[in-house]
Parts: sequence; C-alpha cells; structure tokens
Amino acid sequence: MKVNRRNTSTAPHRSVWLAAVLLALPLAATAQSAPASSSTSSMDMSSMPGMDHGSMAGMTMPAPASSAAKPATKAPAKKAKKKPVSAAPTPASHAMDGMKGMDHSTMPNMDHSTMSDMPMPAKPAASAAPVGDMPGMDHSSMPGMSPGAMQGMDHSATPPKGQGDMTGMAAMPGMTMGPMQGGSPPPNARSPDYSDGVGYGSMKGMDMADNASLGMLLIDQLEAFHGRDANGQSWEAEGWYGNDENKLWVRTEGERSRGKLEDGDLEAFWNHNIATYWSTQLGARQDLGEGPKRTWAAFGVQGLAPYWFEVEATGYVGASGRTAARLRADYEMLFTQRLILQPEAEINLYGKNDPQRRIGSGVSDVQFGLRLRYEIRRQFAPYIGVNWVRRIGTTADYARQDHQPILDRQIVAGVRLWF
Amino acid sequence: MNSFSPPPADLSRRRFVQGVAIGGAVAGLGLLRPSNVWALTNPGHPTVLSGTDFALDIAETPVNYTGATRLATTVNGGIPGPILRWKEGTTVNLRVANRLRVPTSIHWHGIILPFQMDGVPGISFDGIAPGETFLYQFKVRQSGTYWYHSHSGFQEQNALYGPLVIEPDGPERYPTDRDYVVMLNDWTDEDPERIYAKLKKQSDYYNFAQPTVPDFFRDVREKGLSQALAMRKMWNEMRMNPTDLGDVSGYTYTYLMNGAAPAGNWTGIFKPGEKIRLRFINGSSSTIFDVRIPGLRMTVISADGQDVQPVPVDEFRISVAETYDVIVEPQDERAYTLFAQSIDRTGYARGTLAPRQGMQAEIPAMDPRVWLGMQDMMGAMSMGGMDHGSSHAPTPGMDHAGMDHGGMAGMAGMAATPAPVVRHARTEYGPGVDMHVDMPRTNLDDPGIGLRDNGRRVLTYADLHTIGGPIDAREPSREIELHLTGNMERFIWSFDGVKFSDAKPVHFNSGERLRIVLVNDTMMNHPIHLHGMWSELENPAGQFQVRKHTINVQPAQRITYAVSADNPGHWAYHCHLLYHMEAGMFREVVVS
Repeated sequence: MKVNRRNTSTAPHRSVWLAAVLLALPLAATAQSAPASSSTSSMDMSSMPGMDHGSMAGMTMPAPASSAAKPATKAPAKKAKKKPVSAAPTPASHAMDGMKGMDHSTMPNMDHSTMSDMPMPAKPAASAAPVGDMPGMDHSSMPGMSPGAMQGMDHSATPPKGQGDMTGMAAMPGMTMGPMQGGSPPPNARSPDYSDGVGYGSMKGMDMADNASLGMLLIDQLEAFHGRDANGQSWEAEGWYGNDENKLWVRTEGERSRGKLEDGDLEAFWNHNIATYWSTQLGARQDLGEGPKRTWAAFGVQGLAPYWFEVEATGYVGASGRTAARLRADYEMLFTQRLILQPEAEINLYGKNDPQRRIGSGVSDVQFGLRLRYEIRRQFAPYIGVNWVRRIGTTADYARQDHQPILDRQIVAGVRLWF
Repeated sequence: MNSFSPPPADLSRRRFVQGVAIGGAVAGLGLLRPSNVWALTNPGHPTVLSGTDFALDIAETPVNYTGATRLATTVNGGIPGPILRWKEGTTVNLRVANRLRVPTSIHWHGIILPFQMDGVPGISFDGIAPGETFLYQFKVRQSGTYWYHSHSGFQEQNALYGPLVIEPDGPERYPTDRDYVVMLNDWTDEDPERIYAKLKKQSDYYNFAQPTVPDFFRDVREKGLSQALAMRKMWNEMRMNPTDLGDVSGYTYTYLMNGAAPAGNWTGIFKPGEKIRLRFINGSSSTIFDVRIPGLRMTVISADGQDVQPVPVDEFRISVAETYDVIVEPQDERAYTLFAQSIDRTGYARGTLAPRQGMQAEIPAMDPRVWLGMQDMMGAMSMGGMDHGSSHAPTPGMDHAGMDHGGMAGMAGMAATPAPVVRHARTEYGPGVDMHVDMPRTNLDDPGIGLRDNGRRVLTYADLHTIGGPIDAREPSREIELHLTGNMERFIWSFDGVKFSDAKPVHFNSGERLRIVLVNDTMMNHPIHLHGMWSELENPAGQFQVRKHTINVQPAQRITYAVSADNPGHWAYHCHLLYHMEAGMFREVVVS
C-alpha cells in the first residue's frame, strides 16, 4: 500500500523535482569552482601561520561567490560535493586557528581600533569567532575590511613597528586581492596578448605536446564478491580520449551473478573542462542486465572537491518521463605510499517506479565500499575490501517481494589497473 | 619544519638509483648503424672536440644504466655528447647529421647567435630531417660554460645533450690549474613520451613521499591535533600537495654526473694545492639539483657563462639548464665527494675529486624532504616573505609561539621597495590554472625550499653580481608581465593561463630595452629560458643583479629582468622543465 501510494502520488512530483535538480547540476558545478575557491581562500588565511590579525577573516570573498552557489544548495550533488567543505571548519570560526602562539598583547603599538578606517563589507560571522582566541582584540571594530584593503596588510608602507598606523596602508593603489583559486577576472585584469599584431613565422616542425590527445583506461574495480545472498563478479571502469579541454569519456559498471549479467550500464560523454578541478559531462547511458534495456540522456559534472574527494554527479532523462540521478564520491587514504584505503559511496535515485527492472522511485539504493589496495606499481594494484549495498524504499519492497536481501554486505577481492 | 626521512631503499631500488658501475654506452653490443662509430665512447669521460669545425652525428646508441639495455639518442655516441671547446671571436661550423628515423635538432643553449642557427624546429628552422645534415655556422661572441641539447620532442630526456666550453678571447679572469666539466643529467629507462602521458593521467605518479595517515598521527602526537589539522588544511582545501617538489623523481631517474651513475663514480684527478675549476651544467630534463662538496668550500666565479664577483659558498642549487663555474682548492691528499641531490631528495648524482683514480670519500646522506612552506604558496603574504631574510621562513608546521614578532622590524628593509602591484591576466581564471599569488615575494636571498636554514652557506641570486654590469645601461622603456601558471592536478602548464598552442607570439620591438616581469602563480620552481638574448636579472629595487640565460623563478615569487631586444628574429621562450614546456609553458618571441 505504502509503496503504491508513494508511487502514484509522488512520482510525477518527483520527476519534476529530479529534472530540476539535474538541470541545476551543471550550474552547480560552475558555481562550485567559485565557492570552493572562495572558501578556500579565506581558509588559506586561517592556516597561514604568519598572517597577521584577523584581517584575513575579513578576506572572505565577496558575496557573489556564495550566492552563485545558491541555486545548487538543494541539489543532492551539491551536498555530496559540499560535504568535505562543510566537514571542515568554517572559515570564520577558524580564522585564528593557525595563529595559536600569536600574542597580540605583546605588540604594544598595535592599535586595532585604528583599523576601523578600513572599509569593508564584513561577514557578520567574521567578527565573532576569533574573539575567543584573541582576548582583547575587537574585530567588530573593523567594519568591513575589504579585500582591497588587504594590500595594506603587507606592512611595507608602515614605518617599522608602527603597526598601529595601519590606515596609511590604504594608500596602496591598484592591488586587487582575489581568491587564491578560481574566481573570475577582476575588471582591470590585463590582456595576455603581447603580440602587437605580429604573427608566427613560417617555420615547420614545431613539436609540442600541449594539445596532443591522450587516452586512458582505468579499471577501478574488477572484483569477485561474496555476499550473504550471492556470489559474483562486478566491475567499474572508465576510459577517456582527448586533450585537456575536451574528451570522449566512457564509463561502465555492473555485476554478474549466478552466471548472468544482472545489472549494469554503459555511459558515454563529451567531457569538457569548465573549472580547475571540474568538468561537465554530456552524453548517454545504456542500461545492461536483466529487464528492459533502458536508454537515457545523461548529463552531469565530475571533479575533485576540496579535501581530495573525487565526485561524480550525473542526471538522466529517459523515455516516458523517466528520470534518475547517480552520485558517487570516493577518497584515498594513504597508509603508506603504496597501501591505500579507498572509501567509496554511491547513491542512485529514480523519478519513477520501474517494476520491470525492480527499481522504485526515490532513493533506490546506497552503496558504501572500503577497498584496501596495494600498488605494486601505480598502474597495478590488487585489493580486498568490503562493500555494503542497501536497497531503499520501493526498491527495497521489490527486493522483499523477490526474497532478495535489503542490505547486503559483500567481501570483495579484485584488482585495480590503468593504462 | 616538517621533514621526512628518506625512504628506505630496497635492493631493486638501490640498483636503480645507484645505477650499474659500468653504465653509459654499451661497448661491444654491436652498432645499430654502420655510421655509429662513436659507440665505444668511454662513459664518464666525455670526449673533447675543439677548433672551429665539428662533425656531430645524432644516432641511437645502446646504453645500460640500470641493468637493462635501452636505446639513447646521442651525439657522437656519448652520454653526454662530446665537450665542444670553442674560442671567443672565431666562427664555428657544426655539421649535424641526423641518423635517426625522426627529425632532430640541436640548440646551443645560452649562445647569442642569428636566430636561424638557434636550432628550434618550428621557430628558427624546420628541424633536421632523417638522413640530412644541417650546417650551423655562426660567430662566437661570448665565453664561458654552456651546453647544447635537442629541441625536438623529448629527445633531450633521451640523452641528446652535451657540454659547451668557450675560451675567452683574452686570458681567463680566474686562471686555474685544472678544468673539469661536471654535467648533471637525469636518465630514465622509460620512454619520455610515456612519462608525459603518465603525468597527464596521474600527475603525482612519481611522487612517493606524499602525506600519509601515519604522518598525520605523528604530527598529532608531536604537535597536537589542531596544529596537525592546520598544517594540512590549506593544502587539502586547495587540492594541492605540499610534497610536490618535482614531477619526475628518482623512482624512474638515475642521476648522472658526466654520464656516470652514482655507482660509476666519475672521478676528477687533482694534486693537493691545485686550483680546480669545476664547470657545473644542469642538463636534466626535470631535475633541480643541490650541489655540494663536503669538506671543500666552493667559490662561484661564473653563472650561466658570465663571470661574477667571486662568492664563497658551501652549496648551491642549480636549476635545470643553468650553469655555475666554481673554483675549489683541495689541500689534502684525500678524496672529496661531489654530491648533487635532487630537489625532491629521491636520489643524487655523485662523483669524486681525488688525487688518484679509485679513491672515494664518504657519500653524505640526503637531506630530509621538507614540505613546501607558506612562502612557497602565498609569497609575501606569509610572514616569511616579509622578513627579508630566509632564516625565519615559516613552514606549515611552524611553532607560532616561537615566532619572533620582533622580526617584523626586518620589514623596514621592505619599505624601500614597495610591494609590487600584481596584475593577473584575464585568462588566468580558467581550468588550466590552480592558484593565484596576489602578493608574491620579491626577495632574491631565499635559497629555496629544502635549503633554508640548513646550516650551510647556500648561494642565492642575491649573491650574484655580474662583473662589468649590464650590457645595456638604458632604463627599460616598458614592461611585459607574464605569469607562470599551471594546474598540477591536470598537469597543464602555461604562461598567463594560455598554453603555447592557444597563444600569440610575444613581440619585442627591435632595439628596445624592456623589462620582463615574471610572477610565479604556482608552487613549483620554473627555470625560464629566453633564447637569443640575455636576461639581466634585477634586484627588488630594479637594479641590475646578474646576467643569465635561464632564470629560476621560485614558487610564489616575482622577479624582473631587463632584456635588450638586439637580436631580430623568432625565438623560443619557455620553462626548461621539459614536461612543463611540452605541456604548454612556452611562447614564441618575435623581435622586429
């Protein structure tokens, strides 16, 4: 009953919602580069040992960066990618972390009150947090230290030890402090063109590899699994061919059990770099295995989130209003230079029930794996691991009907290789 | 300071790093081509060719440095190629025959010559086709220590290089009793194109010193949790690696001194009391070396072939393509080790100075590998950049309690040189760029990562003063600002975020004196080489410092140098780390 109700009442809704989310994904990716970097930049400051004063807290990026992130905040993709960031302390609250031993009280000439001359749009949070670490230092009296004013912080214009007189620093013109990563060019950014209209000569034989196409095949998982219910084999692989900007990207995953291909898919994308660590993917997915072989249009983003999380977020639109999404993240923990633990998580979502493929709407399944590999060579690493698969909601109901486990824990052993 | 002890060398690795004792060109393996009459060249003892007419054959030669035989691309069958001795004021004729199946070239590094003779395919000529001979002919207008190498593809990595020594027209400024070339190279058994492809697929492929979980717990134990987190925070957020000191490491490289692996032990003979000139050349493709001779003080007398006021040092860093001439005066009847450890401390080149063949001295342990410091990431924004000296350079693990704020008085020195305005190009915000430095450090007196505070007197650019001053006393009439940019994760390298393939040439007006401003928006060192014209490095106040052909720009550093555009034509301008160059950190300069 429950299943049906959910099915009938929420499915249309869900499709719409999912579609919206999926459409937002590429946007999210674009936005990601900005907010990720802006938070980065402010955090930089925090861990900067020598950095003076809470000024850095004020350096938090201009508002546009965070608002750019907004459209994505509801997207599951965003959540997955944001995790590392939010897991990290917020810039403001930790702005002073790296400055433990900095004793401002021993700087007699330091008069922070004069800093109020520094114009800046303060983040309200910035003022509160550092206080604990720095008694007596009243950052709230620095209303709005602008990134531009940071320039002044370099002290070079101040007389030695005359740090009290920081107002003089505003005299430094022209300097624009941007985020250390990402961001967008300031309006006065210079041109990289110094050609004066002069072109290249006529010589032949230039031999540079900067735009050459390369290809890679990564078989991330090629393994045998032993579950409570069944044994089998599964794989997860991707390959690409192309240059820095554009690549043909192919992904596949699936599993064999009881001698037949149970589930799997093959995806092909045009992979396009859009930010330092992010690229968009636009292509198609073909389902394999039991049940109808559905075909989907696919689009998403993939990249490297702060704290080195590899993230993939892909949305799918199929025939008859079917929608789906897949989020995947993994991480690498080095125990030695060759012994590496790789946690990996994957969530699948569907907009509609698909009884023929035994998939229900909503979150259909969540997987979490831990694989410990030993890189005999970078390109060849056997591993062992554990993989949990949890079917959820209607999908779980289907599983019950089929006398399949809702939660399966698998012991896996396999090999990771790339070429 | 955070440091790692060097990884324990297992046996197979040891063989790799140390090389096999014989090394070099394989004798008696049979010649690949009948014309390859040079295959018996004695490893570690390059032949010397002098005069004005030279015949150079480029061919494949079997070599064995690691126990496996590989084909090197050599000049006259030697690794390195023959030492060419020219004389200032003469006209040299060099017939270079290509006996390969692919085009080749030789570029005379640091030599001021007509651009058609510069040997860069696609810029100065079409290259030398298989089976063809190209005649290089030009007047030699300088003296000192230089080198030559292929400018085609990755041939340079495959051993197509050799030393170049030019005698001055008059007497040597610093006469010596003996004179040795000490050429440093990085040899790999791998196909360099494969190395490039691997870096593109996994840029930390060759880095086996990355932060680990046990490192983290060690730091928690020693420094406390918050410190341990703090020192990793920025790196993790920026997705950058504090151990990223080099792209290609001793994992694949065997480091060579005059073509001999460490086990081969190149030896230079001396008599106690003699004055010996050592001409160090870094002919590596991707390795910056730190050079010292335990027990001997070295007096640096020349940099990039140009005489400088003598500087006594214990150690110097030699970036890729640089040359330094030093004088040593061993007094004792004993052996001395020439020790050149790679910047990432994954291996070393080694040789010996000794009164007799067969003697050797102790080989020092490699220094610890240090994490990149804040000043390598943020330039002057870190306190280290503010105190002018290199001695207080903070590192992420720095104990702040011990931080001497009184040291801020040192900033008085900076008052004279206001922080420069950094102007990023609008193209520096794309996928190919992973960081910007808004407040780069400008001081030249920082010996660089891994050499700070090591207790030895280490050469810095601030020590170098070319004798006779600049070649052109005019004040530069304009500035060209270029930023060194990259994306380490994707292994994309560029100027101003624009790779060579997407860039237009840089135009110098013929006859002008201009200033080049380089800002290193990356965490790596980049040896930047301008062909055909001198780069006259300036101190932070804009005064002439030293004349060079290759200027190493440290991470998050801003440097300036003056160029007299007195050599019309088309010239290459690039990072001399071969893999960075190939990845796009390259420009064509047109002087017209």
